[in-house]
Amino acid sequence: MQTDDRREKTMTAMEKIKDPEKEKRKIKSDKKMRAIMAAYYMEAKTPKEITGKKIAWITSGGPVEPLHVMDVIPIYPENYGAMIGASKMGVELCEKSEQMGYSSDLCSYARADIACATVNGGPIGGLPAPDMLICCNNICGTVLKWYEVQARYFNVPLFILDTPICHTEFNPDMKRYVTAQIKEYITLLEKICGKPFDYDRMKEVGRLSVQGQKLWQEILDTTMNRPAPMTCFDAFFHLAMIVTLRGTQIAVDYYESLLQEMKDRIAQGIGMLPEEKYRLVWDNIPVWYKLRWLSDKFAAHSACLVADTYTSGWCGTMKYLDENDFLGSLAEMYTRIFLNTGTDIMADNIIKMVEKYEVDGVVFHSNRSCKPYSLGQYDIQRLIKEKVGIPTLMIEADMTDERSFSESQVETRIDAFIEMLR
Amino acid sequence: MKHIDMFKKIASNPAEYAQGWKKQTHGRVVGHFCSYTPEELITAADALPFRILGSGTTISKAGEFLQAYSCSLVRGALEDALTGRLDFLDGTVFPHTCDSIQRLSDIWRMNTNYGFHADLIMPVKLDTESAEQYMLTVIHKFRKDLEAGLGTKITDAMLEKAVRTSNQVRNLLAALYEIRKASPGKIKSSDLHTIIKASMVMDRGLLADLLGEVVTALEEQRDDTASKPKRLVLSGGLCSMPDIYDIIESSGGAVVWDDFCTGARYFEGRIDETGDLEKNIARRYMSRIVCPAKHSGIFSRGGHLVEKVKENNADGVIFIFLKFCDPHAFDYPYMKEMLQKEGIPSILFEIEEQTSSGGQLRTRCEAFMEML
Repeated sequence: MQTDDRREKTMTAMEKIKDPEKEKRKIKSDKKMRAIMAAYYMEAKTPKEITGKKIAWITSGGPVEPLHVMDVIPIYPENYGAMIGASKMGVELCEKSEQMGYSSDLCSYARADIACATVNGGPIGGLPAPDMLICCNNICGTVLKWYEVQARYFNVPLFILDTPICHTEFNPDMKRYVTAQIKEYITLLEKICGKPFDYDRMKEVGRLSVQGQKLWQEILDTTMNRPAPMTCFDAFFHLAMIVTLRGTQIAVDYYESLLQEMKDRIAQGIGMLPEEKYRLVWDNIPVWYKLRWLSDKFAAHSACLVADTYTSGWCGTMKYLDENDFLGSLAEMYTRIFLNTGTDIMADNIIKMVEKYEVDGVVFHSNRSCKPYSLGQYDIQRLIKEKVGIPTLMIEADMTDERSFSESQVETRIDAFIEMLR
Repeated sequence: MKHIDMFKKIASNPAEYAQGWKKQTHGRVVGHFCSYTPEELITAADALPFRILGSGTTISKAGEFLQAYSCSLVRGALEDALTGRLDFLDGTVFPHTCDSIQRLSDIWRMNTNYGFHADLIMPVKLDTESAEQYMLTVIHKFRKDLEAGLGTKITDAMLEKAVRTSNQVRNLLAALYEIRKASPGKIKSSDLHTIIKASMVMDRGLLADLLGEVVTALEEQRDDTASKPKRLVLSGGLCSMPDIYDIIESSGGAVVWDDFCTGARYFEGRIDETGDLEKNIARRYMSRIVCPAKHSGIFSRGGHLVEKVKENNADGVIFIFLKFCDPHAFDYPYMKEMLQKEGIPSILFEIEEQTSSGGQLRTRCEAFMEML
């Protein structure tokens, strides 16, 4: 305890004397981002009688745009799962869910969130209770079970947007099925909100969603520059906005300013790392409770994680989008996200990133919590070796449950991997 | 029991049976993973539907393709495929159920070479009209995929015959369950399990004949067991461990019903034999009690389990899941709670196919029986 206190005091003292070199590399938009997200959660936590807005819990891959049209506040338990992980509350909450009878092998986002709903704990004192649950299974089958649990607990309507998995194809039958469900989704929203769906406003929200996605892609693409003005660890942080506020002017404005900052950094030659020897791609959900540690670890080797498969997931299906018929192309856009496709398509996606961002290696997070993301990674590793011949690293961990992380083992593997890059 | 030795032989080595069947009939064998596979379409194509369960061998090759946190079914089946134990297959069918099977389909497609590969992307929610419409297109597409994969034509007459046979098999298996429920002494659960396991890989025409004989013989037989075992309902995914039944029976229990896909879910729900058969097949898979990877209301499985316990005058429930089976593990707490509210005791056994922890299971099982 005492040692911790002392360390803290030293840290504060060090922070007071700011290192100008370090200051220069810091992304200045971070502050604005924190303020926007705080305001977003503040509104969500304000009693409904005051805001007059309903709350929907929605999965990270779910169509949020119709919610914005209806003035419903979208809340993302997965985003919250990340907050739980980052604030190192994962283990405690996961243990609580295990006492409730949930197996420790289940998804740690789900475990933490299920436990959190029952105890008024967790970061920001828990999430505001939902008026409806919107579950899109384009990311996994786990969300279906998780949202069923929450539907029983909160006793509110559960809408499932069932997006058939596209192992090798997206066929017209699938399109018809998902399109029919988009209509059912809108009908349900009209019923819950007690007002008709505003199709003109949908066009506007759709336009903003597309704009936001384009900006986000542009931001991610700035790392094609050497040195990269940011890393995937920064993308993990700035991602929250495209997930939660996609389809709003707030997200568009914010990303415009963030993009400008990145462009300025490029113009001034400011990279996130003092020296960028190696460029890498990250695969899978971040290890939230070890972000800083991992970031420092790679930085110490002058290895810069310039891109990742995770944050690009929120702008990867723009090619299926018809800007003039946003609602009509929603079905295809949401069904064909990379996690809802075959392992070989996911491998192609990474290989394209390797080429686009000119990277020297790929880091895989084999995530116990996420089977659709992780099973198949061994095949992807082999395909990368065959097709582009660069080294890969497999880190065994879990996104929120720290009990599945062995620091010494991961450290050894990273060191060995860097040796291979030399 | 009549024919039991033959059923045992098939259940203990399904691959050997399929190879023999192939030699004899020159027919094709279609492997599949799940009780959502419309077997009648495979039978209609004159092929043998073969439910893949994994032979339970030690994992050596599958570890290079699948992480250790995938279930023993997925790892075991891939191990069999990679080591050539399934080289009699002319095609494999993957109905979309859980995340692990979803990825197994990809890994299988990319790394094995057993004839055709069919993904059967059924709806996940089974309680809406649009889902039923979609299910119908999936059944129709599957028929076309099978025709293309096997180079054959499935006529309506062939399908009608296959539906009749599969209904017959389902009726007879249901009859066996009814016999066991009325007089658990007449048929050992391990034997019934053996029959079901063999049923999922056998020539369905022959199976219908043999099951008919078994049922008739059992109906005529008297139940002269005096003991009054504890009546149990089993709930979970597939169970391919015959040991479990012996353990339950020797600890003073008798299984009277189950909610397994390698059990009652395999035969529950008949297909209407008249009218549009594709539509009727779709309806069966829409209306049968769901596997936890599918959705039909938020209390359907718990309600069904309570109902089965009451209907069968059971004293308790044993949940049996494969370790790493997410859908079942998510449902367990609420189902246990629903049972609790009705005063029905339950216990959970988490198992792995390749590892036998018989001793520990026995101790827990005995303790549970005593509590009942």
